[in-house]
Amino acid sequence: MADLSVKICGIDFKNPIIPASGVFGYGHEYEELFPLEKLGGIATKGTTLHRRTGNIAPRIAETPSGMLNSVGLQNPGIDHFIDKELPYLLGKNLVILANIAGSTTEECVQVAEKLENTDVHMIELNISCPNVKHGGAAFGTSCDLAAEVTKQVRKATSKPLIVKLSPNVTSIAEIAKAVESEGADAVSLINTLLGMRININTGRPILHNNVGGLSGPAVFPVAVRMVWQVANAVNIPVIGMGGVSSGKDAIELMMAGASAVQVGAAIFTDPYAPIKIIDEMNEFLDSKNISSVRDIIGSVKPW
Amino acid sequence: MKYKQGNYIILNKSAIAREIYSFEILCPEIAEIASAGQFVHIRAEGFTLRRPISICGIDKNKGTLRIVFEVRGEGTEKISQLNKGDTIDMLAPLGHGFTVNDEFKKVVLIGGGIGTPPMLPLAEIYREKSVVISGFRNAYAVILQDDFKNTGAETILCTDDGSAGIHGFVTQPFEELAKNSGIDAVYACGPMPMLKNISKICKDNNIFCEISLEERMACGIGACLGCACCTVRNDEEYFAHVCKDGPVFNAEEVIW
Repeated sequence: MADLSVKICGIDFKNPIIPASGVFGYGHEYEELFPLEKLGGIATKGTTLHRRTGNIAPRIAETPSGMLNSVGLQNPGIDHFIDKELPYLLGKNLVILANIAGSTTEECVQVAEKLENTDVHMIELNISCPNVKHGGAAFGTSCDLAAEVTKQVRKATSKPLIVKLSPNVTSIAEIAKAVESEGADAVSLINTLLGMRININTGRPILHNNVGGLSGPAVFPVAVRMVWQVANAVNIPVIGMGGVSSGKDAIELMMAGASAVQVGAAIFTDPYAPIKIIDEMNEFLDSKNISSVRDIIGSVKPW
Repeated sequence: MKYKQGNYIILNKSAIAREIYSFEILCPEIAEIASAGQFVHIRAEGFTLRRPISICGIDKNKGTLRIVFEVRGEGTEKISQLNKGDTIDMLAPLGHGFTVNDEFKKVVLIGGGIGTPPMLPLAEIYREKSVVISGFRNAYAVILQDDFKNTGAETILCTDDGSAGIHGFVTQPFEELAKNSGIDAVYACGPMPMLKNISKICKDNNIFCEISLEERMACGIGACLGCACCTVRNDEEYFAHVCKDGPVFNAEEVIW
């Protein structure tokens, strides 16, 4: 048994696998299948100051080796999260990353302030949701806006602050450096890539929002590249995600520089994916006589 | 909600109409807890998203489920290539099924096209108390009529082109039935325009009506919030989710 534990921003994870925000709700639905404490952590559903109803359906489309979604941050609001969801999750012996979002910097700040007096372990600030008209990815595609929202949220929270980055930019490393300079404790990437499908029989986009975020195995090489570039550009930990569907994928992303790995669309294909990924990572490390998963972080030897 | 995921053996496969297949699947742990109106979420090898398919038969003694589905695209085509003896990866049983009430004396089950299969488990419960109205494009697309007759239900068949049964939509014979009192409940699954018309007829005649909806879906268990459906609950508009809050909804809750 290899040691799968990692430490990010002073927080201990028993293993580096975290269901990504949006695929896992607040955990209840998957608890029917396996105990949540097997996971390293959970990135909870993106939560805003007030309840959001999300976008009109269809919100989901299949794509080659992946999928599009345009849920649009449907969530019950931060007060509901703090009162009804968080206390239960905190009893589960895993790290809770509260994913938060807002239409304005002020809203992001207010959400972070509300979490300040809770026992949530980390905040993952989403500046990269492609499915909302205001805020969302707008913050994440400009260095100045990304830096400004990070700066303001940083002032509002003493908790470890992870900033979740958009891949829909010219240089994700520049955005990462901008948020690092304003106090981000870690970055997570990649959020979904903006995509589109059209039903050629009707001439209508499949998604009612016309466009949506691409995820799944199709985006994995993009995630590996971006994690590698960001890990080389910043001195804070990188949490990697994007199309990871096996233990080997998770190992690869960690070699590229990720200190932990989030799993998204793979859970839709196989709800046990996070558990299988943990087991497969362990098998791989044992087969290579690597005693700790920490030894592979950033271990790629570039040509 | 209780559900399992696993690989289950296909005991029988048959093609019951053009591009429409019937699988009988040995899955005692799922059959034990499944109820009418629920669905199974099937993995199609090589695809990211599972495909939701309604349950067409539940045999708790044999420990089997029956599903009947139409090849609609690449995913369902892949599933249709599975054969007797193969295993099928299912996450099931999912969703909120139909409300069954022993006190109902007469119910009408309405299926449109591939919306017909989820009506069969209800016919097996209500038997002689049920009238099944099913509608299809043409005679070649007609399915499950003998299965419905075997339950003791009265059957009314409609086709769009008149090549079998009544020439017209299911709403025509239903409207006649609805005017005569004595229907305790209507259950329906099919195309949205059909469901909308049935819901209106039920509302006008003050009949309890449940409809089964479909929507593009990812997780199937209420976590990802992909399959939104606009509904009204407690006078408040609310995006419910077809996979968990449905697929069966009270017709009066759905905003068309």
